[in-house]
Amino acid sequence: MPEKTYLQAISDGLRQEMRRDPRVFVLGEDVGVYGGAFKVTLGFQEEFGPWRVLDMPLSETAILGGATGAALMGMRPVAEMQFADFVSCGWDHLTTVAAKQHFRAGTPIPIVVRLPSGGGFSGGPFHSQNPESSFAHIPGLKIVCPSTPTDAKGLLVSAIEDPNPVLYFEHKHLYRRIKAEVPDERYTVPLGEARVHRKGDDVTVVTWGAMVYTADDAAGRLKDDDVSVEVLDLRTIIPWDHERVLESVRRTSKVLILHEDTRTGGFGAEIAATIAEEAFEHLDAPVRRMAAPDTPVPFSPPLEKAFIPQVEDVVAALRDLAAY
Amino acid sequence: MAVREAEPIGSLQEVKEAGLDREDLLGIYRNLLITRGIEERGHILYKQGKIPGSFYTGRGNEASAVGVATAMGPHDVGTPIQRDLGVHITRGLEPWRVFAQYMGRSDGPTRGRDGNVHMADARLGLHTMVSHLPAMLPVGVGMALAFRIREERRVAVAWCGEGAAARGDAHEGMNLAGVRRLPVVFVIDNNQWAYSTPTYLEYPVDHLADRAAAYGFEGVVVDGTDVLAVYREAKRAIEKAREGGGPTLIECLTLRMEGHAVHDDAFYVPRELFEEWAQRDPIERFRTWLRETAELTDEEEDEITSGVKRLLNEAVQRAEESPLPDPADLAEGVFARPEELDTPHHM
Repeated sequence: MPEKTYLQAISDGLRQEMRRDPRVFVLGEDVGVYGGAFKVTLGFQEEFGPWRVLDMPLSETAILGGATGAALMGMRPVAEMQFADFVSCGWDHLTTVAAKQHFRAGTPIPIVVRLPSGGGFSGGPFHSQNPESSFAHIPGLKIVCPSTPTDAKGLLVSAIEDPNPVLYFEHKHLYRRIKAEVPDERYTVPLGEARVHRKGDDVTVVTWGAMVYTADDAAGRLKDDDVSVEVLDLRTIIPWDHERVLESVRRTSKVLILHEDTRTGGFGAEIAATIAEEAFEHLDAPVRRMAAPDTPVPFSPPLEKAFIPQVEDVVAALRDLAAY
Repeated sequence: MAVREAEPIGSLQEVKEAGLDREDLLGIYRNLLITRGIEERGHILYKQGKIPGSFYTGRGNEASAVGVATAMGPHDVGTPIQRDLGVHITRGLEPWRVFAQYMGRSDGPTRGRDGNVHMADARLGLHTMVSHLPAMLPVGVGMALAFRIREERRVAVAWCGEGAAARGDAHEGMNLAGVRRLPVVFVIDNNQWAYSTPTYLEYPVDHLADRAAAYGFEGVVVDGTDVLAVYREAKRAIEKAREGGGPTLIECLTLRMEGHAVHDDAFYVPRELFEEWAQRDPIERFRTWLRETAELTDEEEDEITSGVKRLLNEAVQRAEESPLPDPADLAEGVFARPEELDTPHHM
């Protein structure tokens, strides 16, 4: 199997779907001639032509509203937000129109919105955010946050197949850093199934996106303490895999929920509440959350390092939990 | 590119040239009467406590709605707003389902999930509005984009009011449509009042249709109480779009003859304005034209009027027999199932 970066896996998955289904098309800013700000759609316009790889005006509302209208007419639009942060400009079209249309009118809205998200490169307050929890609160939207190249491709295919609006958060920090063997053939990874990234018995870490690697590094360090850490990669936020999370927590009896998004109202709070409701009697320690502090994402490297949870922060939290 | 102010239609010959025969004209008259009749009965049902929430009508806008919808082809699509009940009626939505929608019953197009004119039957080529107008403009543009990508000779009609035209969605939708010359027709129902706000506080140009020039396409102002003039302008614009001529912005001038919704007595609208526009009532105006120009007889008129009355009586009764939705099914439909894709309304 060929080894591919996370970015190549997304690109390959998208290209494959466009080859097999003429209803799939791409729209976004600079996705055509330029190939997208991160080059995910590089070469697509040459292959599929200017009407299936559409360079759009700076108009997130028109991109997302347009995707919804095209989906209503039987297309399978894949819209790109140049940065996940800019989705706020098109908020209404996801939360007011697309999310509620099937509930109200019975008409499915099969759209995928690709959202390059996350920090770690001094992108500052407007190019680094992880806004998944804002959308997780809106009934009718599905949310995907792959962490590996294999999942990135399989989840993208599932997202395109899905009859609902799917927000596909691709972490920019992983684009070219993470490589793995990715099957050439078409495959899907179902939405709503978590993945055990590392098996363990003493503490569970529930996380997603780039934090999977932070958690894994920390778990490796805990081996020296003779503490076995399980790392669960949630893979999708809506729907999320209650069963696998609860099973792991009941077995280890201690849990850390880790995310790069800010703390208050972050999706970790929902997971923590569910664990408290469903697995209280199995817990040997309070549920711990680790997240970014409640500030905008800062620009300067030392500030950003203080903002994004670091391996040593996770190590300290895991040691505390293990000793509890 | 200056905005064009459409002339009224005069003779039967002109009407024929615009594509309507006498049967079509009687059909238009019937659709106008059904539209107003549903809303008048809606008021009564509301006062009887049979309609929950609020109640919105399009009194004064019937000709605009019916005129545009009559000009649409069978495979064209649209996103009408709350003053456009006539669009649903003209496309074939049965009145009893409208009453069922008003009353929150299972047989309304939204099965009790949404109320009043927040509805559409996708099988009729219509897609339901949201309250956040003009959100449906970019959605209509997306429909036209799908037609353009697939090279289909279909047109999308996207509606908003003059109040909503102030929002950014209108700009983004029209700009994209202009850039790509998409087969879409924008209709602005300009009823002069955005809730209580008059037009001089909404926009600083003479006509909203003036804005079309900024997006590189034609703008037309038409008297929205003249159903035939509306039809002719909509037909021109729709066929132009179908032939690859790009978008048109049609501004239909009317007066909102009631409050924003049933709770609002519209005290802020000068009485003289209501009196002036009452003289131009779109239905009375068309009726007079039919009698004077198309030889509408007393018998024909009676037949249409009594037929509409019967239809609406039966419709109210059937709607009242429609069950209320089952609370146990509340969560049904939040997400679509795969087998719901590729149904005819998606084509």
